Amino acid sequence: MSPLDRKLLRDLWRIKGQAIAIGAVIGVGVLMLVMMTGLVTSLDETRRAYYERYRLADIFAPVTRAPDRLIADLAAIPGVSAAEGRVTGSALIDLPGVDLPLRAQAVSLPDFGEPRLNDVYLSAGRRLDSDRSDEILLLEGFAKAHGLQPGDALSATMNGARRTFRIVGLAQSPEFLYTTAPGELAPDDSRFGVIWMSRTALAAAYDMEGAFNQALLSVGRGDERAAVLDAVDRILDPHGGLGAYGLENHESNRFVSEEISGLRAMSSGVPPIFLGVAAFLLYIVVSRMVQAEREQIGLMKAFGYTNVEVGAHYFKLILAIAAGGALAGCLAGIAAGRALIGVYLEYFKFPFLVFQLDPQAFVIGFGVSVLAASAGGLVVLRGVFALTPATAMRPPAPPDYSRAGRIGRSLNRLLDQPSRMVLRRLTRQPGRMAGAVIGIAAGMALSVGMISILSGFDRTLALTFSVIDRSDVTVTFTEALSENAILELQRMPGVIEVEPVRIVPAVLRNGLKTYRGVINGLVTEPRLNRAVDQDVATIPMRQEGVILATALADILDIAPGETLTVEVREGRQPVLDIPVIGIAETLLGSPAYMELGALNRALREPNRVSGAYLRVDGAQRESVYRQLKDMPTVAGVSLKADARDAFQKLMDTGAGAMRYIMAAIAAIITFGIVYNAARIAYAERARDLASLRVIGFTKGEVAFVLLGELAAVTLVALPVGALLGYYLSFGIAAGFSSDLYQIPAVFTPESYGAAALAVIAAAVASGWLVKRDIDRADLIAALKTRE
Amino acid sequence: MAAESPQKGATAYRISGLTKVYGEGPAAVHALRGVDLDIPAGELVVLLGPSGSGKSTLLNIIGGLDRASDGQALFQDQELTALSDGQLTRYRRDHVGFVFQFYNLMPSLTAHENVELVTEIARDPMDPDDALALVGLHARTDHFPAQLSGGEQQRVAIARAVAKQPTVLFCDEPTGALDSTTGRAVLKVLKDVNERLGATVLIVTHAAATAAMADRVIHFADGAIREVIVNATKLAPEDIEW
Repeated sequence: MSPLDRKLLRDLWRIKGQAIAIGAVIGVGVLMLVMMTGLVTSLDETRRAYYERYRLADIFAPVTRAPDRLIADLAAIPGVSAAEGRVTGSALIDLPGVDLPLRAQAVSLPDFGEPRLNDVYLSAGRRLDSDRSDEILLLEGFAKAHGLQPGDALSATMNGARRTFRIVGLAQSPEFLYTTAPGELAPDDSRFGVIWMSRTALAAAYDMEGAFNQALLSVGRGDERAAVLDAVDRILDPHGGLGAYGLENHESNRFVSEEISGLRAMSSGVPPIFLGVAAFLLYIVVSRMVQAEREQIGLMKAFGYTNVEVGAHYFKLILAIAAGGALAGCLAGIAAGRALIGVYLEYFKFPFLVFQLDPQAFVIGFGVSVLAASAGGLVVLRGVFALTPATAMRPPAPPDYSRAGRIGRSLNRLLDQPSRMVLRRLTRQPGRMAGAVIGIAAGMALSVGMISILSGFDRTLALTFSVIDRSDVTVTFTEALSENAILELQRMPGVIEVEPVRIVPAVLRNGLKTYRGVINGLVTEPRLNRAVDQDVATIPMRQEGVILATALADILDIAPGETLTVEVREGRQPVLDIPVIGIAETLLGSPAYMELGALNRALREPNRVSGAYLRVDGAQRESVYRQLKDMPTVAGVSLKADARDAFQKLMDTGAGAMRYIMAAIAAIITFGIVYNAARIAYAERARDLASLRVIGFTKGEVAFVLLGELAAVTLVALPVGALLGYYLSFGIAAGFSSDLYQIPAVFTPESYGAAALAVIAAAVASGWLVKRDIDRADLIAALKTRE
Repeated sequence: MAAESPQKGATAYRISGLTKVYGEGPAAVHALRGVDLDIPAGELVVLLGPSGSGKSTLLNIIGGLDRASDGQALFQDQELTALSDGQLTRYRRDHVGFVFQFYNLMPSLTAHENVELVTEIARDPMDPDDALALVGLHARTDHFPAQLSGGEQQRVAIARAVAKQPTVLFCDEPTGALDSTTGRAVLKVLKDVNERLGATVLIVTHAAATAAMADRVIHFADGAIREVIVNATKLAPEDIEW
């Protein structure tokens, strides 16, 4: 090993504290990038493998009742590789001790063998015995939420008849990763179940002997899916086809896809911001570190080392720190990604994991770290190389403070010597101070951004569940009923206010852009569940058109004044052209609103309602629930409190959970930046400070000279950081927003205060750490060093 | 530089009108005011004078560490003032050894490694152990600078400077930080190097007594040469009165 390389190793060892602090900041930036991209690729790959292994269908075709022989016709469509018919139906599960009936979907499995499509993963118990019509498999999530196990009995109402079943196994299915009760946005394991039964038994329950009401198809790779969908619709239309749709419009898959794409958007949007801040810090720190090596650089040049050789030596030093940090970041990122995937597996209910890393993240992480560090080193080296060796070897001439000294002569009278030293250093080296201020401000900006995002999540929940939805209970009827149903609810003791609603499933289309959702028919002046504008004022419903949520208008790329095509998926299934007349501000979901009367007229079904929003007297809540449970026309009841909890859980365990991790990383980077700023300032002034001690200054007085500077820089950085943070917040908010929910950047005095406190706390802790070093400094050794 | 090591009697440096000005305008400092000087090869030359008289500036310029503001400095008929940075680097690497007042050792390298730092890039270096033996330090080669006394550190610095077998050896206040006994020992080493390797040795110093061992003594004052004395009789370093 050459002596220069040995010097390198020992220099690294000497500055290990600082090197670790620098490496840690860049490492954390890289960690985040690697963790997020690893998480996203792994989840994507796991989902793909899960779908493939359990043969999830590519096309779902609901139909009223189609004879089994049509399956052969469906399978014969060019491009279709497999077709399967099955029976599904809605059910209500009645659990002892639960006030409300719980909604469920019953799904048939073939009497013999595995299904060609949409197989299930049996996590406990055994498969169904086709000879026994009372056996069921129950969705594992639902079973766990209610403490149900194989061997337990379960009472459910199907097609109006109440029966008792025996649970023989618990199952998971790629088709039911997300189980959301109809009309609700957030999944809730405890409030929606799936029951698998043998085909014969379920067909008997729903009068579907020799027929099916849902066809599943798989298509080969690269086939014209649109053509297949058209062909399926043509075959099933005479039998009450409800419109075939692809996997991309399947509810559970859409939810999973949106969560993963939310994570992906976040992983491409947020880590670069963090990495950028870390890279900037690296640049500043490395440039000042190389600056401190000026004399040794001069010496090497005096011996006849060329600029290239000296440059290579320092480049290796920089590389060791930057690449070391990046490598540690990669390893920690892999570990963190693995740990997080464990959490997400549970969340997505994947029964197994395909762990996959994205090599691109490593390349980017390493590249950015090394580039930023090299740039910092290069700028200084170029400056040092421009000097003659004789000049470089001399310590830089004492900075000229004469100009700074003239500033504020009157101020001088007010200040003691140490304060003057602080002040003059700040004013004399504005460039260097600006670097320190911007570095600390960038750290603070990250904290402001993350805190404003945390508030944004709260705002989303508050706006949705307190402002937009002011009801206590949402009632869904089994079908569209006459308005008498509303009168019945109004008469119920304990019910204070009732607002009718008609919810109609529909495919919304604007040119090639489509969205499979619902139209909400609201009363003219809704009070309990409203559409609101940007100022959170109620938008009154008007006769002439449809009002879309911002997110929906974005998906469909449509603006007020344009015409939306609504393909209704209910009843006679009319196709309507309706003008868009307004945009509503929503943070959850992507709803579309119409005036109730206008919607009914368009459907040619006057005076129909499909549900109602209720405000309920808190004291009589239990009795209202009991009465609702006994109403045969009620298909489901959902409590706003439950829905809110479900959403809170969604945000806390899904993609949104990342906000806590990111907030922690923001805090680490903020601290790292402040600590590095303090360390460098100390390194640059160690000699001056030792001299002060020698001439009789106390430790406290000496510390003041250094920490006073740090304090001043920190104070200047606070407003700058607040401003940077304001702009950064919008970028981070966009990263956290998905099709499922939008996160606004919310600024409150508290969020700025908390970020400022974080920076101040970091400054105090860094100051304390540096002060310890000042107190311990060996004065003789410091002075013996050549000046 | 393709120049060969000169024979004793030839001229190592021809300097004419050499000027160095630091700064500009009223704040300008004239470190050298048109110096004319010839330095014969193979001699041991002492440059004497008070602080700021220009002797170190001259040494830095002809050592290739600094650039002149005006004038000429020829090394073996090579115009030093006309060389590019790269050529100056080559010149230092191939011909020049430096010894500084404060040793300038790399604190993170041992004595042996500090010498290796130079032998590694030199054209025709000695074995680092031989160089250390030359200065009498063969027993402490694995010590770091912090573990060596000032005199020992300076001897390492000299070993480092001579290990490349330089054509010229520049010493800026080599004994400035040392006590008299150690100082004499260091001077003896310099004298040995001069005699054994035939290198031209230039010593810048405050200590007038050092002049007694030189072939030639150049007195500086106010950026100019006041007097050049050629010693007819030289003292051995150990006989110098401190």
